[in-house]
Amino acid sequence: MSAISISDLHKSFREGPVLQGLELAVGKGSLTAILGRSGSGKTTLLRLIAGLERADRGRISLAGQVVDDGPRCVRPEARRVGYVPQDGALFPHLTVEQNIRFGVSRAGRRAGRVESLIRMVGMEGLGGRYPHQLSGGQQQRVALARALAIDPQLLLLDEPFSALDPALRAAVREEVGAILAATGITTLLVTHDQDEALSVADQVAVLRGGRVVQLGSPEQLYGDPVDLEMARFLGQANLVDGMVEGGVAHTPLGPMRLRWPRQAADHLSGPAIVLVRPEQITIAAGGSAGAPGRIVHTQFHGHDSVVVVASQLPQLPRIIRVRIWGASGWGRDAAVTLSASGEAQAWPRP
Amino acid sequence: MRSAEMSTLAPALAGPAPLRRRRPPLALGLASCLVALLLLLPLAFLLLEARQVGWGQLSALLFRQLTASLLWNMARLAAVVTVAAAAIGTLAAFLVERTDLPGRRVLGPLLLLPLAVPDFVIAFGWISLAPAVRGYWGAVLVMTMGLYPLVYLPVAASLRGADPSQEETARTLGQGPWRTFWHVTLRRARPTILAGCLLVSLALLAEYGAFEILGYQTFTTEIFTEFQVGFNAPAACALALVVVLIGLAVLVAEGALPERGRVGGAGALIGVSLGVPIGVIAFWMLQGGRSTLPASATVASAAGHTIAYSAAAAAIAVLMALPVALLAIRHPSPSVRLLERSTYIVQGLPGLVIALALVFFALHYLPSVYQTSSLLIGAYAMLFFPLAYVAIRASVLQAPVGLEEVARSLGRRPLAVRLRVTLPLVAPGLAAAFCLVFISAVTELTATLILVPTGVQTLATQFWAYTGNVSYGAAAPYAAAMVAISIVPAVLLGRWFDRRDLRRGRPS
Repeated sequence: MSAISISDLHKSFREGPVLQGLELAVGKGSLTAILGRSGSGKTTLLRLIAGLERADRGRISLAGQVVDDGPRCVRPEARRVGYVPQDGALFPHLTVEQNIRFGVSRAGRRAGRVESLIRMVGMEGLGGRYPHQLSGGQQQRVALARALAIDPQLLLLDEPFSALDPALRAAVREEVGAILAATGITTLLVTHDQDEALSVADQVAVLRGGRVVQLGSPEQLYGDPVDLEMARFLGQANLVDGMVEGGVAHTPLGPMRLRWPRQAADHLSGPAIVLVRPEQITIAAGGSAGAPGRIVHTQFHGHDSVVVVASQLPQLPRIIRVRIWGASGWGRDAAVTLSASGEAQAWPRP
Repeated sequence: MRSAEMSTLAPALAGPAPLRRRRPPLALGLASCLVALLLLLPLAFLLLEARQVGWGQLSALLFRQLTASLLWNMARLAAVVTVAAAAIGTLAAFLVERTDLPGRRVLGPLLLLPLAVPDFVIAFGWISLAPAVRGYWGAVLVMTMGLYPLVYLPVAASLRGADPSQEETARTLGQGPWRTFWHVTLRRARPTILAGCLLVSLALLAEYGAFEILGYQTFTTEIFTEFQVGFNAPAACALALVVVLIGLAVLVAEGALPERGRVGGAGALIGVSLGVPIGVIAFWMLQGGRSTLPASATVASAAGHTIAYSAAAAAIAVLMALPVALLAIRHPSPSVRLLERSTYIVQGLPGLVIALALVFFALHYLPSVYQTSSLLIGAYAMLFFPLAYVAIRASVLQAPVGLEEVARSLGRRPLAVRLRVTLPLVAPGLAAAFCLVFISAVTELTATLILVPTGVQTLATQFWAYTGNVSYGAAAPYAAAMVAISIVPAVLLGRWFDRRDLRRGRPS
């Protein structure tokens, strides 16, 4: 049985439609990232699941129980859905301990639930502090503990790390990921940060135009995007003009075999746009077989480098990104040759 | 199949439960409309009275030498006082906020002191020291000294809030300190300075006591004389119309200024109400002395009346401001914004005009309330509605809907959420609004003089009666009582502002 099952969900506001026939099923105990640009309806989806908005049409079921089918709707306090909004929304007039205690039943209080949650999120000794006395990361952990305190069947996190500065973000993300893994609670995490979605989630649902355009593991989404826009949206993409013939794309970077499990690759032939990921390209000295180019500059990341190469060929984008391990040995303005290997994806050129 | 699933829904279902209503609840909308209408009543009453008087008589009363000379008196006073207050206020703000002048930490609060002193007391102070301070130049001196904080406070606040990097950048671009002050600092502060000047104009328009003492004839003193001494209601009404026109023009000008933190203006208004000067009163207390004027009210009985009227007015003002603030913040829309703006109109009406309008209304339509305390309490509530509104609006912002939503998702029912989350967050602001209105009503003079029930003396009216008789020593205990009554709410208010700053100062 799915922990969440949503069918044909519609929701409009005065400004226009937000969700238009959204479908989503999420397995029990999984961590699903909802990824989409701002305004794509991510937060609205979470608020509908939490019961803070009502669906215009469609159905939401939690663990097999319908909680919203349009005309009728279960009140938020009866859903047992933990909700952590973007800013954490800690009650400013309550201490850390009182915030966490807010939703705990009397029995839970006696059983020491509040204390164990404080320990779980690493806030020992800070129970008497007020929210404004905490750092951003601490506030997020308290908000998480408060949501976990009601023993929810489902946890909703709305951009929980976006307010944190980048240095802190990765650390808090790891901590929260560990806490969630330890509890095993089904979690939906809304984000517009693709790195975040790819690195923490078991599966990712990409939202566009009020629908889920693709749902799958991070690997599937990166390696097998459903359309060109997805290819551009997730990860860096070099989009190269080529000709497809017999399941092979012929590009200036060399021939690449098509990988297209969804549609029969044989059906595609003729002019195509080919997706080549930066790590599929290798750089050789000028004059070898492949497409000529000139090094523009190198972004050094320590473990790897992204080399930006300018090309004059009309079939190639003006700027090509190549990812190589470690440092790049190429100096600025060096003449090089690019070639690609492995499997690629292609779409017919309009 | 669908019906089978629906049956599992039934136990938890409990009617419609939308939280973020796009449409405001009917009761809230109705209450807010009622408040807005109520606040427009003084204006309506004044116009009704004007109709009663008739255009022929009105124009005869308006287009005469007196009106022109009053306009000239107001114009030449406003011109010099606003410019002087702007210069002093801006310079002081710059010195305190942007230089390392020694002692500026002490200077800052000291510069605000005149706000705590009612202008009629400042006037007394000068006249008792130097009887030559009278007439036009006396009024210029006293009003400039009393009102420059209305420029200083908002400008200082905006300078403190503004990043000095703009000034620093100007210096790195080769501008000297004076050119930087002139082209960067002053230019950016211009809307704030202008807003301060408009506040000064409104205060000049509304002032009565100081001009009476200084013997400078303005609209307010003339209206007061026509009404209280000459019993000439039509003339008072005609002059009040002119005052209202000027006041509304100033308000419109203020609304036309580019958007900026209105906090400055609000802070200034709040500062005005923070009590009577302990120093001056202590001085007159020490002078002691007796008055030949028989005391018609003991300090205790006058204080009792003052407290009762002020507390009732404060409670009513809070009850009026709460629905409007809730509507404006939680259900913003163009029509709601219009409604909110319409409540600002009352800011352009001096207390004297509100009091007159209520008297006109009572005399013609509801004689039973004339000379009763309800009219005075109503006038206070309308007059100080803007103060209550500022505080309550801020406190409703402290309790965003998001917190209530989270509380609901944590399994708490709506009533429990309101009691455990919303109320504790809004309560300090409600208390602050109550205190603000209470303190202001305690020290209010002009409307009180007109509306106080016959045979009743409040602290302010008894103080005025004694000072009018130059019995400063006898007046002092009444002023001291005003201070004593104001101190507890003023301290509470100060704590509220500290807490607000504390919360705002941290990233959330």
